[in-house]
Amino acid sequence: MQTGLEDQIGLYQKRIPIFTRSVKGRFRRFKTSVLVLAYAIYFLLPWLPWTRLDAPAQAVLFDVPGRRFLIFGLTIYPQDVIWLALLLFIAAILLFFVTGLVGRAFCGYFCFQTLWTDFFIWIEHKIQGERPARVRLYRQPWDREKVIKIGSTHALWVLASFWTGISFVAYFTYAPQLVADFFSGQAAAAAYITVGILTLSTYAAAGLMREQICTYVCPYGRFQSVMYEPETLAVHYDARRGEGASGRAVVRAGRGIVIERRRAGGHAEASVAVERRHTDISAGQRALAERHAKGLGDCVDCGLCVQVCPVGIDIRDGLQYKCISCGLCIDACNTIMDSFGFPRGLIRYDSEGNLAAPTPAAPKLHWRRLKIIGYGVALILMSAYLVYSISTRGSFDRAVNQIRQPLYVVLSDGDIRNRYQIRITNKAAQGQTYVISAHGIPEGALDLGNFREITIKPGHSGLVQASVRLPPALATQTQRFELVITPQGKPAEARSETVRFDSPSQRL
Amino acid sequence: MSEQKLQSQTVQTTGHAWDGDLQEFNNPLPVWWVYTFYATVVFAIVYWAIYPSWPFGKGWLGGLSNITYVNSAGETKTHSWNTRALLMEDLNKAAVAQKPYFDKVSGMSYAQIAKDPEMNGFILSSGKALFADNCAPCHQAGGQGVVGFFPNLTDDDWLYGGSFDTIHETVTGGRRAYMPAFSEVLGGGQIDQLANYVASLSGIGHDATKAAAGNALFHSETAACYYCHGSDAKGRKEIGAPNLTDNIWLWANVPTTQGEEGKVAAIRGVIANGLNKGVMPAWAGRLSPEQIKVLTVYVHELGGGQ
Repeated sequence: MQTGLEDQIGLYQKRIPIFTRSVKGRFRRFKTSVLVLAYAIYFLLPWLPWTRLDAPAQAVLFDVPGRRFLIFGLTIYPQDVIWLALLLFIAAILLFFVTGLVGRAFCGYFCFQTLWTDFFIWIEHKIQGERPARVRLYRQPWDREKVIKIGSTHALWVLASFWTGISFVAYFTYAPQLVADFFSGQAAAAAYITVGILTLSTYAAAGLMREQICTYVCPYGRFQSVMYEPETLAVHYDARRGEGASGRAVVRAGRGIVIERRRAGGHAEASVAVERRHTDISAGQRALAERHAKGLGDCVDCGLCVQVCPVGIDIRDGLQYKCISCGLCIDACNTIMDSFGFPRGLIRYDSEGNLAAPTPAAPKLHWRRLKIIGYGVALILMSAYLVYSISTRGSFDRAVNQIRQPLYVVLSDGDIRNRYQIRITNKAAQGQTYVISAHGIPEGALDLGNFREITIKPGHSGLVQASVRLPPALATQTQRFELVITPQGKPAEARSETVRFDSPSQRL
Repeated sequence: MSEQKLQSQTVQTTGHAWDGDLQEFNNPLPVWWVYTFYATVVFAIVYWAIYPSWPFGKGWLGGLSNITYVNSAGETKTHSWNTRALLMEDLNKAAVAQKPYFDKVSGMSYAQIAKDPEMNGFILSSGKALFADNCAPCHQAGGQGVVGFFPNLTDDDWLYGGSFDTIHETVTGGRRAYMPAFSEVLGGGQIDQLANYVASLSGIGHDATKAAAGNALFHSETAACYYCHGSDAKGRKEIGAPNLTDNIWLWANVPTTQGEEGKVAAIRGVIANGLNKGVMPAWAGRLSPEQIKVLTVYVHELGGGQ
């Protein structure tokens, strides 16, 4: 009865190693530019100096013990958390907006998993060579060459991961001091733990797990996939053109395919490619006509699009959830099409709707859609509000609390007294004196004790107790009045706060 | 999935066969699970070594990790790790952090403290905690007191004086309020007359004839109220005798009693029965001089002082 148990499949899919072939083209250039720019910002920003009176000279410093974020000339305190919330909202809406337009552009070009994996593959390529060499190395036994090459690759990965961790921590403390302390064993335990965790996770995610993070771990890929519409541009294989009537076919023997990187320098190589493209156009058209007569599609089944894919899929199987939309297969296919003199764009950015149309038009961006316009408007409104809110921020924060135990006090002559606690936080870069006054009650009713003015150091808070005393007749009429806090010498920055005044008659 | 079937992924059997064809899967635990299990075993052993673990003799194995802290007296204490030592470490850290402020408090005069905004901020927060721990059970969280029991500290009536020095004296040495029960020496009619007079002092509705008689009685040697409350009935702070002419009621619950007659009756009750319950304990010895100083400033600020 139970025969053939051996044929059942195990619970876990084994990872099939991916050795990507390098490729040249527009998308590769774009990816490289994004990578260089992002790395320049991430690794260099903590080292940018910025003169400050009351904090280390670092342009971007997330001062957690000091409860403030210093970003160039801007100081952000915990009460400004609404800005962070807004920024996150904007980032989310931007992601939805871009995904609706051009698919998983974030995954393919900007995600740190993609960037770090790309960089790690670059290291691997530099040490172990092009794809065939890496496959050979993978298959060969553990000899001296393999140990040295694989070992040095992993060592460099760990080093890159380590510096990634250090750079992250450098945003939270003065960077030169951190590096000095770190290597002399004097840095905080949190620094060592954070660097350790980030080194490990970067090494594991970008070196070992790679596309498995995108496929199995990352939720963003999945929810971006569901935001596709028929008009969304995505990386597609034009199956109708590629397969023709009787499928794809390899080019007959005798026509060489130049896909290997040539030994020549960059310039020479480029000119050779251009020259070849020109000379091949007529030959290419002839060859195409020949293929079409036989019912063959334009795909020469060279497999280059599969070899360059960092997630190891075949784009010719159609749009699939593993595709991170990096465009490298477009570059690869265009290279091949050029070398045969066939028209480019067998794999291209196009929409599902257009590909399925009886007469496909040239691919173009369809932005006139309710969803895209809605996201766009939300994006503009929220960004405008964020900019407005930051540019009109006050130089100080204030919180006025009425003391509620007791709400009011009847004094010996029958007057009613209410008390208030005023907390002023100085958000300016220098010390400031604040003057407190009241609106809507007679002069002299406000008693601030010894602190009619209070001087507060930058980034600090000051507490003042105020009491307001009104005769019973006036107290019954007064339900609210305004407390005005004015930075001395800056009347334009005055802020007022409406507070309640309680008296016994109001309670009944 | 079926096309991706690989030789290395096929399931093994134990190799046994029963009843001819009954086989058993050999599905080992996932490798990651097994290694996680080993890691937890190693973790547990390391944990035993570092933290208190097994009972041992009359005590327990203390573990290798220690907690060392410096208390506010400057002594260094070391305990093997436990949550109580952890708490002591936290408490002493806070005490050490507060010490410079308390030192500053003890070196400053009240006049200086009152004018220093930084000190003011410290006293508002540390005084609030001290008040909540020590004073609030009687005087209530905000210092508003309870009429008939504990004086209100937030009004402008200071029984024993509202200067820094007198408040300091009150907190340090405590107070005891006493008023004799006049039902022993006066008749009910006389007490009623006195009550009407006291009501008239604060502008509460009263019987004018009785009040006039009460006025005479107040200043006579029979009742001798003026001994303590003064001939102007404004009280004497040296002995804590309250001012009877203001709107503040300490013992007789006048503010919340309804009706003229009720208010007079409340006053009558105090005169007839007297008082022997106004006890405030002395805080010297329970609180440090610096804490008393902080509380004095805090209480002074509650009612605005004098």
